[in-house]
Amino acid sequence: MILTLVDHDRGQVARNTWEALTFARGLAERLQAPLAAMVVDPGGPGPLDVWGRYGVSQVIHVTHPELDEYAPDAWARALEEWIRTQGPVAAIAPGTPRGNEVLARAGARLGLPMAANVVQVEPAEPAYRLTRVRWGGSLLEEAELAGEPRLMTVAPNMVEARPASQATEPPVHVHTPDLQEAERTVKVVDRVEAARDRVSLVDARVVVGGGRGVGSAEGFRVLEELAELLGGAVGCSRAVTNEGWRPHSDQIGQTGTRIAPEIYIACGISGAIQHYVGCKGAKRILAINTDPEAAMVAKADWAVIADLHQVVPAVIQEIRRRHPNGQG
Amino acid sequence: MRVLVCVKRVPAPGERIVLTPDQRAMETRFLGFAVSPHEECAVEEAIRLVEQHGGSATVLTLGPPEAEEQLRDALAMGVDRAVLLETDGSDWDPMATARALAQAVQALEAQDGPFDLLLFGNESADSGGYQVGIRVAHALARPIVTGIKDLAVEAGVATAKRPLHGGGWEIYRVPLPAALTVLEGINLPRYPSLRGRLRARKAPIHRMAPKFEPGGPTLVRLVVPEERRTETEILGHGPEVAPKVVDILEQLGVLP
Ligand SMILES: Cc1cc2nc3c(=O)[nH]c(=O)nc-3n(C[C@H](O)[C@H](O)[C@H](O)COP(=O)(O)OP(=O)(O)OC[C@H]3O[C@@H](n4cnc5c(N)ncnc54)[C@H](O)[C@@H]3O)c2cc1C
Ligand SMILES: Nc1ncnc2c1ncn2[C@@H]1O[C@H](COP(=O)(O)O)[C@@H](O)[C@H]1O
Repeated sequence: MILTLVDHDRGQVARNTWEALTFARGLAERLQAPLAAMVVDPGGPGPLDVWGRYGVSQVIHVTHPELDEYAPDAWARALEEWIRTQGPVAAIAPGTPRGNEVLARAGARLGLPMAANVVQVEPAEPAYRLTRVRWGGSLLEEAELAGEPRLMTVAPNMVEARPASQATEPPVHVHTPDLQEAERTVKVVDRVEAARDRVSLVDARVVVGGGRGVGSAEGFRVLEELAELLGGAVGCSRAVTNEGWRPHSDQIGQTGTRIAPEIYIACGISGAIQHYVGCKGAKRILAINTDPEAAMVAKADWAVIADLHQVVPAVIQEIRRRHPNGQG
Repeated sequence: MRVLVCVKRVPAPGERIVLTPDQRAMETRFLGFAVSPHEECAVEEAIRLVEQHGGSATVLTLGPPEAEEQLRDALAMGVDRAVLLETDGSDWDPMATARALAQAVQALEAQDGPFDLLLFGNESADSGGYQVGIRVAHALARPIVTGIKDLAVEAGVATAKRPLHGGGWEIYRVPLPAALTVLEGINLPRYPSLRGRLRARKAPIHRMAPKFEPGGPTLVRLVVPEERRTETEILGHGPEVAPKVVDILEQLGVLP
């Protein structure tokens, strides 16, 4: 059996779960093993027809009155119990914050290795041969993974989610874990809802990014104006957050946000790999930089080799001229 | 309050990654070194906790002799004590790393008493295994909250906030002693003062010899992924490009 852990928040399934299921199904087909999905949620086993469409032949519904909120050690406990009693050959989760930590916790409990953010796997013996991402996606690592079961998470947005050619009707197996005191300690005890007043960087169709070349916190005003005109969001490089010009929530890159807009307008950003991994999901890139040799210019579809403080206001003016009744 | 922070020395590549001929490491002859931004923030958080509550902050790393440089950076920021688990610089897998770190924590605690908090980065910059902190905490039977971006410690309880995908926060509360993995953005790390730098230069580094017990996954080789190659069209060299830029925005359908 190949076991896949479903990442969800109060019943809302994380998108990357479908990628993990597709990855797991590929492995299950090669090993001619059944594919199981584990859903930890006292609210129910989730959308059975959808699990079926992804080729799941068994749903393990983990329920416990104390699992009303996310509790990573309790999730890991459930996974560990199932692994110890049912012996799946692999346990897989999406490489989300929850998927990664629950699998790492299961690995620690079982004394087994875990490979995070895998993009490809070859089920050889005695060790699986796999490819995983390093440096947030700027580098690939080929590695060997031993242990029974193989514990892996699947790198987000690297594997295409595809339903199975043949849908199944998975039976549901209910499992109640025997939670110990220590597994109840780490648990979500409260929440703060998101303020929904701005276009979020993750979802924006246009992102206007600024780097050290913007020069100051005030310098970002023109970038904000452009973003607002285009219904987009402002992002920035780490040089900018380090200077305290913008909050870290605006940072794009390896230790910031990954964006995927129609166009990324990168102003005064040199294009270090740690920044580029955060914006390479953009369909198009326009770089504005005084340095024609900047890496961001080489990686862009279009570039303007000039001072951003002259170019951006001119662009704003031209938009206003053509669309006098536009926003902003 | 006694706080321990774990950091890892990594190369800091600029525009592109070049590998050594055996493809098992990054070519670092022309590179500087750093720790992950997450870990830099963990160091800052440790110093702030000690400033608030008194006590001491210790920084711990497993790495080559040169990792002393990263320890001195932390000392310059205000950490009190530095411990180096010295290796020959070869790649240690996450299980081996966690085992050695946990053993070192036990040895340090046997000497000077328990740590109230163990801080880690959410993931290391280079290997990004997302697990060393979790494994250390498990070996030492301490609760661990991961990926936190806000922390308050009061009356022996740590209250930590973790960002949710798409906005919002979830809140955890754990009794000390505990462990936490930190995300960049929890604070803005300070620049070391001149005095801090001078002090750090002279501070002793406590060295220990770790035992290598491999666990996996095992690195075979590194590969630089193919990047999409685009021909960059240079639109121009000044504000006169504005109409061309707006034409492009119009074609992409992103104008209001
Ligand atoms: C482990 C690790 C993780 C990291 N994570 C991230 C991350 O998540 N995100 C991130 O961004 N960085 C990250 N970094 C930092 C990264 O390596 C770079 O240092 C950073 O991205 C540089 O920011 P910058 O391009 O704004 O600054 P610089 O590299 O200083 O570039 C400034 C650019 O502005 C141009 N310029 C100057 N003046 C003007 C002007 N008037 N008009 C137009 N152009 C102008 C210059 O030609 C130059 O190209 C990380 C680093 C490490 C080691
Ligand atoms: N060699 C090391 N020395 C000290 N701490 C480490 C080392 N490797 C990893 N860590 C810590 O564990 C965290 C997670 O690492 P990883 O599991 O590799 O993503 C890092 O952010 C560090 O805080």
